[in-house]
Amino acid sequence: MGHEHVSNTKRIWKVFTFLSFVTIVEVYLGIIKPDFLYLKNFLSMNLLNWIFIILTLVKAYGITWAFMHMEAEKSSLRWAVVATVIFLVLYLLFILLVEADYIYGIFKDSTIKWNF
Amino acid sequence: MGATVTTANTNENTWGGGNEPMGASYGKLMMWFFIVSDALTFSGFLAAYGFSRFKFIDNWPIADEVFTHFPFLHGVPAPMYYVALMTFILIFSSVTMVLAVDAGHQMKQKKVAFYMLLTIIGGLIFVGSQAWEWKNFIKGEYGAIETKGGSIIQFVDKTGKRVKLEDFAVVLPEEREQHKRSNGVWFADEATLPTYSVAEVQAGFKAHPDLLVRTEKIYRDTKEDKANKALQTGLNKNKHREILNRAESEVMVGNAHLVVEGANLQRNEYGSKLFADFFFFITGFHGFHVFSGVIINIIIYFNVLLGTYEKRRNYEMVEKVGLYWHFVDLVWVFVFTFFYLV
Repeated sequence: MGHEHVSNTKRIWKVFTFLSFVTIVEVYLGIIKPDFLYLKNFLSMNLLNWIFIILTLVKAYGITWAFMHMEAEKSSLRWAVVATVIFLVLYLLFILLVEADYIYGIFKDSTIKWNF
Repeated sequence: MGATVTTANTNENTWGGGNEPMGASYGKLMMWFFIVSDALTFSGFLAAYGFSRFKFIDNWPIADEVFTHFPFLHGVPAPMYYVALMTFILIFSSVTMVLAVDAGHQMKQKKVAFYMLLTIIGGLIFVGSQAWEWKNFIKGEYGAIETKGGSIIQFVDKTGKRVKLEDFAVVLPEEREQHKRSNGVWFADEATLPTYSVAEVQAGFKAHPDLLVRTEKIYRDTKEDKANKALQTGLNKNKHREILNRAESEVMVGNAHLVVEGANLQRNEYGSKLFADFFFFITGFHGFHVFSGVIINIIIYFNVLLGTYEKRRNYEMVEKVGLYWHFVDLVWVFVFTFFYLV
């Protein structure tokens, strides 16, 4: 990289094939929902959802690194962008999801009736 | 491509503006910072969606049952296919965009223009597909009843298959006209009336003894759920909505308050009210991003045709708009996962 006149078309198509493949796997799993993944939990989320989330992050990596040319940027720019987002998102998710789960528990164990 | 030439005067000294922090030109760096802030905005929306979903984890609609339409396949449930197609369209338009950027590095004006045009077409197809998806979501398919308790109940036959309101509701000799500004008091009106009234659905339910009610609540196969006498035996499956027995179903239908067809911001036939709100808001906000991306792409496309970047001897502008376009694709990857898959 860094040479302005070198064409990267081959790599672009390779990344596209990879992203399409991952999407097809996701859709296939989403349609058949195999019981051995869907009904098994790990850290209070089922395995199928874990697979979906991991594959999504893989796809996000592919798009950012290859399509947005993050791989060719200086590491200071990479860290400034990626680390900021990852840290803030993890923090936000931690706060909101833990709180939501707590509220769920409150609703469930209280005398509030909704299903009538 | 950190080495790409910039339009700034690079021979000026550091404090005179000649410096390029992080090795990226001013425009590119600002685009990255914009992307960071926009990414955090979308994260906020999706995290809020996650919050509501975790809060109502026992009665959140199942995406497979909501998005089942595919063009020209009427009545054939095709979950996920359409949205997968949309994902491909967007990823493909991302590819043509990156090919345009690549052609720009080689200063091939015609090729850049061609790939930009493909990207614009891809973006337009995507926005159109999203409009179609919204149309189906708003129109609904089966119809449901909102009870006085505020929960949504749906109807199934004795095999657990969904039944549409129109398949069992009777037509009663009643007349009820929609109150519009033109036919009532001029300062008030009401929303479009549903096809059937509550009484018609109730009468239809009574006339069909095979029908059962499905509630919003999700059956979990726990000891508690297995011992629940209100549920129909043999029909309830783990992680599916609870189906009540006939006696309990009649109680629920007796509690009917409103007929709900399709979705709007107040209520929807799929279940939890917040579900439709989040769907409209998040996919709408993303669709608006795609739309703005198409507009910006069109502007850059014309600049390419006019030779603006050829004269400048550098196509960095295409690269910058490309960054935005890939970001829109990136967001869709997450929306796709959290709305349709998880």
